[in-house]
Order: sequence, then C-alpha cells, then structure tokens
Amino acid sequence: MMDPVLTLEKITKAFADNGEVCPALAGISFDVRAHEIVCIMGPSGCGKSTLLRIIGGLEQADSGTVHEEQGNGRGSLSAAMVFQDHALFPWLSIYENIVYGLRLSAQKLPEDEMKQRAEALLALTHLDAFKHSLPHQLSGGMKQRVSVARALAIKPDILLMDEPFSALDTFTRRELEDEVLRIRQEMKTTILLVTHNPEEAVYLADRIVILSPRPSVVAAILPVVLPQPRDPANSEFIRIREQVTRLVQGKPDLVQQ
Amino acid sequence: MVLILKKRILEYGKGLAIIVIFLLMWEGAALVIQNNYILPPLGEIFAVLLHPFEPVLGGETLIENTCVSLKEVITGFLIAAALAIPSGLLIGWSPAVRTYFNPVIQTLRPVPPIAWMPFAIAWFGIGLNSVLFIIVTGAFFPILINTVDGVNGIRRRWIEVSEMLHATQYEQIRTVVVPGASPVIWTGLRVSFGVAWMCVVAAEMLPGTSAGLGFLIMYAYNLGQLQVIGAGMIIIGVIGLGADTLFRAGQTRFFSWQGKE
Repeated sequence: MMDPVLTLEKITKAFADNGEVCPALAGISFDVRAHEIVCIMGPSGCGKSTLLRIIGGLEQADSGTVHEEQGNGRGSLSAAMVFQDHALFPWLSIYENIVYGLRLSAQKLPEDEMKQRAEALLALTHLDAFKHSLPHQLSGGMKQRVSVARALAIKPDILLMDEPFSALDTFTRRELEDEVLRIRQEMKTTILLVTHNPEEAVYLADRIVILSPRPSVVAAILPVVLPQPRDPANSEFIRIREQVTRLVQGKPDLVQQ
Repeated sequence: MVLILKKRILEYGKGLAIIVIFLLMWEGAALVIQNNYILPPLGEIFAVLLHPFEPVLGGETLIENTCVSLKEVITGFLIAAALAIPSGLLIGWSPAVRTYFNPVIQTLRPVPPIAWMPFAIAWFGIGLNSVLFIIVTGAFFPILINTVDGVNGIRRRWIEVSEMLHATQYEQIRTVVVPGASPVIWTGLRVSFGVAWMCVVAAEMLPGTSAGLGFLIMYAYNLGQLQVIGAGMIIIGVIGLGADTLFRAGQTRFFSWQGKE
C-alpha cells in the first residue's frame, strides 16, 4: 500500500447565510494515496466543491487539518485544479495558457525547459495542431484538455478536478475520462476528482468517497477493485454503480457484498 | 470574399449618400438665403480647406492650427490615461479603496470640464497648461470608470486559477487583471479621446490662447467669417472619425477574444 499524499482530518466548514451559521462540512476525514484516483461523490449541495477548494487552498477550513506528506520543498503540497468551466485565459494562445504557471515566479522554468514540458503536454493531450489557436477557436472538450494540461504543467503532487467533464457530451466525456486514465498511467499523477456521475466514478476511481447530505460527513468509502480498462456494461461494474447511486441517495445498501 | 467586399462598399455608399444629400441641402439653402453670415456656401468652406498651408485670417495656417490642437489633445489624453488607468486598477481591485474614493469620483464626474476654467486659469495661468488641465479633467473620467468596470468584470475563476498556480498579488494584476480588463479599458480610451477633442476646442475658445482649431473658430466668429468656422468643424469631425476608426481597428485586432470563450 502506497503512503498517503494527502490526509484530511476532521475538516469542518460553515457558511454564514443571512446571519445564520450554516454548517456545510461536519468533520471530513479520509486520505489519498500516491498515484491513486479518488472520486468524491455526494448529494448536490453537500460541500464537495468546498472540500476541494479547501484542499487547493482557495478557502480556509474552520477547523481540522490538511496533512501533506509529500511536499515539494516549499513545505506545502503543490496542487492544481481543473474547474468545470475550463477557465482558460481567452487572450492567451493554447501554448501560453499551458505554460502560464511556469512563467510565474513560484515555479519559473528556463525558456527551453518550459518549451520542452509544454510540447510533451501538447502531445499527451493531442493538442499539437492548436498551440497557436485562441481558446474560443476550440471545442468544449479540447478546451477542457487544455485546462488539464495547464494544471499538469506545474507537475502538481495532486490534481484536483471539480466536476471537470459535466459540461461535456457523453462521447467527449468518455474520451476525456480515458485521457485521465492515460495521464495517470504515464505521469503517475495523483488525482482527486469530484463528480455527480456514478458511472464516471466507477469508471475512473480506485476508491470512491461518498459524503452524506449537508452538514456532511464521510458516509462511505468504497474501493473499486475492477481491473482497468473497465467495461461499463460488465455486470460487476453495474452492481457497483447501483450501489454508489444508492449510497449517494442515502438509501440503505440493499446489495450486500 | 467578393460578396463581403461588395456588401462593405454598399454600406459605405449608403453612409456617403446621406453626407452628399446633406451637403446638397446646405448648398441649396445657402443659394436661397444668399447671406454669408447665416450660411456660407460650400465653395467658400472648401476654398479654406483646399489651402491648408496659407495663413488664415492673417494668422497661422490651417495645418498649424490643427497641429496645435492635435498636440494638446494627444498630450492631455496621454496624461489622463497615465493617471486614470493605474487609479482605476487600484480602485477596481481593492474594495476598500473603492469605498473611500467612489463618492468623490461620482460627485466630480458630472461636472463639465469647462467649468474648471476659472480655477485652471487661477492655478496654471493663461495658456497651454490651463488648456491641458481642462483636457485631462475631461478625458480622465471615461478612462477611470471603464478601467474600474473592466476590473470588476473580470471572471473570479481567472483569479482563482492564477491563485491556484501560486501567482503573487503583483503577478495576478499583471497577468490576469490588466489583460482581462484591457478591452473595456480600450473602450474607455476611445470614448475619452472624443471627449478630449471636445475639451480642446472649448478650452481654446477661452481668452489667452493664440492658436488651435478652437481659437480659429472663435477668432473667425469675431470677424464674421463663417466659412472658416465651417472648415474648422469639418477638420475636427474628420480627425474624430479617423481616431475612432483607429480605435475600432485596434479593438478587432487585439481583443477579438472578448466575450468569447
């Protein structure tokens, strides 16, 4: 068993709503191990995205700790986020979008090294032909691939993905899911992905973390032991998918293992 | 391609047709009225325009007057931009700064720039500096307001992406806020250049100036030479049109991404 890259301990977070304190996360604990794909699922509004934003440092937890075992010398875990809306910079070319993080002082690379890394990512995501295009000239799926490449460019310890493919059509979605699997294979990336699609979770995840409704706690952690590549028509796949769906709905787990 | 060109020519043709009709009406009315102090015939206006290098009314030439005004406009416009863009970025970026400065901005903004003239003369004396002060006062606010709007219109997500990739505050401003707001800032510059022109003409009409298109118009008015006034107005209009065309071309050239993602 790999060591955990990330350990969450009793993370809580509340929001103020019209002067009323509204608890969202009520003590979330789980860990993510190196090279693992963990999917977070839960009913809508349960705080999945908030949890991801806390891990990414975009928001502060009220209490609890985010342990980062494998920092990269800066003393903090380097995380990169892929948002549901690709969030590319529309004024930058595809190439410039990808190297954006590498031009910042925090992880500045020499020009030739940066170019090398960008070329590798362009090849990995099949975007070579578009490196001089602007984002608005690309399709939705391609934009999201750029967004993934931009996140990977800084070689993050963990890749955080917030419902990254939910705005895409079924076919593009599957294509990108396969790409995520390939990226994990080739780059040994650790991935934490929020999704509301049970099929996506079972297709990708090594483990699925299911959160309860708000104020949420971890309702279940489900290992998915099917070998990759997985077939969504396989009966075991379907069984797990239905089990996940029931757990998210908070219904009793009828399908006993 | 040919079709697009044809459509373009047709569009320009329609615009031109209206101008021609307007000129014909003017000329017709001038013939009927037969009074140069009410409506000078076009021929006399163009006579002034066609001799740009000859002294007008015993003073500077048309070209010299135009250059004086242009220089004042461009100088004032650049000073205004240099002051308004950084201030706008700061006010747009920091809610605290906005809270402090918004009331004074909203109060000063509606004041017509020319109303500052007495103060301008008291502070800067008669001459170039006062004119520049009026132009800067007029050109400042459109740029400022648009820069603030531009910064506020920046998508929160873009900032989060740069934060996530560990951009410093300065880097966030340089790599996200400035480019993200630039199309709106550009619009502000375009509006402001037009305002600067209006200001220069108005400011030059006031005592103490000795050259410029506004001065020329006022001087011609005092001498009852309406054809010179007409010529000056045409020059102002054409330069304004030219500047606006340049700004538009810049918009399509540099900000084609605006509104598309």
